[in-house]
Amino acid sequence: MAAMPLLPEILLACAGLIFLMIGVFMGDRSAKPLAYAVAATLVAVFLIGLMMPAGPAFGGLFISDKLATFAKALIVVGAAATAVMAAARATPGDGSGAVRFEQPVLMLFAALGMMLMVSANDLISLYMGLELQSLSLYVLAAIRRDSLRATEAGLKYFVLGALSSGMLLYGCSLIYGYTGYTGFDMIAEQVLAAPDTNIGLIVGLVFLIAGLAFKVSAAPFHMWTPDVYEGADTPITAFFAAAPKAAALALFARVMADPLLGAAESWSQVVAMLAGISVVVGAFGALAQRNIKRLLAYSSIGHVGFALIGLAAASEIGVRGLLIYTAIYLFMNLAAFACVLAMRRDGDAVENIDDLAGASRTHPAMALALAAILFSMAGIPPLAGFFGKLYVLQAAVEAHLYILAVVGVLASVVSCFYYIRLIKVMYFDEASDPLDGPMPRDLGMVLGVATIVILLFIVLPGPIVSEATAAAQQLFQN
Amino acid sequence: MSGAPLLTLITFGPLVGALMIMLFARGDEKASNARWVALWASSFVFLVSLLVWAQFDPTNPGFQMKETYEWFPEFNIAFRLGVDGISIYFILLSTFLTPICILASWTSVDKRVSEYMAAFLALETFMVGMFCALDMIAFYVFFEGVLIPMFLIIGVWGGARRIYASFKFFLYTLLGSVLMLVAIIAMIVQVGGSSIEEAMLFDFDPELQIWLWLAFFASFSVKMPMWPVHTWLPDAHVEAPTAGSVILAGVLLKMGGYGFLRFSLPMFPDASAYFSDMVYALSIVAIVYTSLVALAQEDMKKLIAYSSVAHMGYVTLGIFTGNAQGVEGAVFQMLSHGIVSAALFLCVGVVYDRMHTREISRYGGLVHRMPKYAAVMMIFTMASVGLPGTSGFIGEFLVLAGAFLANTWVAALAATGLILGAAYMLMLYRRVIFGKLEHDDLKSISDLTWREAAIFTPLVILVLWMGIYPASFLDGIQPAVAEVLSRAPVSTASSLQDIGDQARSLLASLR
Repeated sequence: MAAMPLLPEILLACAGLIFLMIGVFMGDRSAKPLAYAVAATLVAVFLIGLMMPAGPAFGGLFISDKLATFAKALIVVGAAATAVMAAARATPGDGSGAVRFEQPVLMLFAALGMMLMVSANDLISLYMGLELQSLSLYVLAAIRRDSLRATEAGLKYFVLGALSSGMLLYGCSLIYGYTGYTGFDMIAEQVLAAPDTNIGLIVGLVFLIAGLAFKVSAAPFHMWTPDVYEGADTPITAFFAAAPKAAALALFARVMADPLLGAAESWSQVVAMLAGISVVVGAFGALAQRNIKRLLAYSSIGHVGFALIGLAAASEIGVRGLLIYTAIYLFMNLAAFACVLAMRRDGDAVENIDDLAGASRTHPAMALALAAILFSMAGIPPLAGFFGKLYVLQAAVEAHLYILAVVGVLASVVSCFYYIRLIKVMYFDEASDPLDGPMPRDLGMVLGVATIVILLFIVLPGPIVSEATAAAQQLFQN
Repeated sequence: MSGAPLLTLITFGPLVGALMIMLFARGDEKASNARWVALWASSFVFLVSLLVWAQFDPTNPGFQMKETYEWFPEFNIAFRLGVDGISIYFILLSTFLTPICILASWTSVDKRVSEYMAAFLALETFMVGMFCALDMIAFYVFFEGVLIPMFLIIGVWGGARRIYASFKFFLYTLLGSVLMLVAIIAMIVQVGGSSIEEAMLFDFDPELQIWLWLAFFASFSVKMPMWPVHTWLPDAHVEAPTAGSVILAGVLLKMGGYGFLRFSLPMFPDASAYFSDMVYALSIVAIVYTSLVALAQEDMKKLIAYSSVAHMGYVTLGIFTGNAQGVEGAVFQMLSHGIVSAALFLCVGVVYDRMHTREISRYGGLVHRMPKYAAVMMIFTMASVGLPGTSGFIGEFLVLAGAFLANTWVAALAATGLILGAAYMLMLYRRVIFGKLEHDDLKSISDLTWREAAIFTPLVILVLWMGIYPASFLDGIQPAVAEVLSRAPVSTASSLQDIGDQARSLLASLR
């Protein structure tokens, strides 16, 4: 059957509708069980997807290949972990108010959109998946209607997101106009046949890149990120930071390396600029931040910049570097946000960096794990973050992007300052007013698993590296 | 030769100890258990490293006891370990100093003891691993990994300005190192693998050598530290706890020099020759200028820190003379300085633990109350000055002999550092030990305890051993240095032959 490769997504959509019905009848008290159900469903459909045949579906609109599977694994891990962490906030006596039942369901639909867009094989299906994801995210950002900041964040995200979708769509239409096709395979042939000569195609390409850069929050299209990260509810921010970033980066890689590979010379320059600006903005922007969510927002801009360094190399190992970096970053992000979610004083969430003061005494395990994660984000060996940087830098050096590589490592030194400042606050400063302890069990579990992945990557790079290698290989074979 | 993976054992043995402390140290006895576990683990590692030395064949110029484990096969990166006549002594230095440091912090560290001990053992793993590594990525991982425990040791257990010092230390050294990372990646792309041995046999394009050399120089010169990027060192030394200073001066400062010997000299011979004049100039400035700065210091640790920069100036000078004496002298000077400066910091620690001040003017006349201490400190002061019969003399003499062969003026200028070095060290000794016992609080100060005596005894023995019979070390260093220099700069290759002959005759007369 032609739809078989896409069966997981179909099942996920059906499950989403059922969960929505349950939520409507049971009300907000079903939010927590629904969150667990969403996480379980995501894992289940991913496992089903592994059993399905690979290949194109719906007449080539979608494709299920290794890149899609790799990205889906990241989406599932990110979305399931954040759905569970978000559910932790529904515990009774929680000061931040009840969780709405729509929240887990919207997360599921966002994840569905991401899964669709990473397996898109056509400009139309790409846009469809992207918009399903984006619309769910807009609503999620503003789901706390009584909070002024959340509403502002949601609105800001929606307006800028709509603008970027417009640019992306305009880029798609130009590409369609100048090649005559929307399917990736046919576009690839057309672009290969007449590379770089077609100015209209290049303009479309730039618009497309601008739209995608907005979705991955690469500078200079990053302006929404700190505000949305800060304004949205923390579990929602955790969700934003994890799965959509990974999905959008995978999509970015696919669109550049599959249909537009023939124009690599043009887009690699643009991507290199994006990457260079992003690492610098991420490094310097975070220096003055006092709010840990804003800090993580700038840090995510820097990390996306690093991942894009791999893409700028426009090679197989470059895409592999991007995928490995994205996977490692996902785990670091989940761990960091598990800690942010655990930051509470007298039941209220706090999010200033100084609130962590003395955490190494009051929360030794959490402080140790977070310190490892921060050293990893800073790219200090022997932690996983270093190897992520190693993979992308190797691709950059091999592609003779020396200046970009040097800019990247220098920016990573600057960004190191704020990562070790967090460690300083936890380890060197005396506790003023301790945070509530101990960490909730589900947050602790996410933090523990992610930390173990980060710590053990040096010994067992195993599945992440081998799957990313296979995905990049397959992408460049076509 | 046994097949046991000894190098893996000494590299990861301390880490196992650290994990045991982190996982199992609990309850009332936590602090004391952590101390004993750390002492046992580090002593065990020291004994195993002695076994490595016993099995080491000093006549073999290449790498020995090689171990290879698959790591990132797609880049041809493997986890390769091995020792040669240069690295073996640095490994011994690291494994020797770590138990001493743990003993030295036995009572002076009283908060978060288990974390402290775990950090020290982790530090030992990184140090030993770095000297064992025969793979560029493994080298980098260990080289950079040192920053994490050292940052925490300075920041958590340091003095008043510890935060400033730890940040400066971390960011300064990281900034240099990341450029080296790019260079290492570029070399991996060129060579097609990250084995250090393969890279040593690879002929890099001279123009590329210049860039690679500069990138490595950025990292190693900060780590050495060379003037003018030495300013992190006095801060780090002053703020670090005593044992932290000991390791910093004893081992961490040697990582830069070791790097020059392992990478810059054999892999980029043309660039090394090209830049040697610049290194001479920087070394001489370091020797003369930081000696003068040391003369003006009021803080004991700062004075010794500046003297370290001056002594490291001899090392860089020796390394880039590119002749056998200079390089052997540099290696010997590093080993000697590793022991002597470590011992001097321990000496400062002894009085600091009693008086809680490091200001020179707060002391004076200690010989009346602490005769044993005065005797021990005199030996190390003399070794630091370079008195014949102590380890300091051999290194400085060989470096100056090498420098004389390379450039007479450089040698003459560098020799002034000996006079200045004697001036500040003797001044320090006179002001602290001699004179009248004027301060009232000093009148009840007690002499060395048995634990402190146990710490200093092996150091004294070693300093005299290295000074009186250097051959037991030089015999192993010589072939390895000759191997490093066999890829010496093309430009000086013609004169190398007779320099080698002279070196041999000079060394023969030395013994």
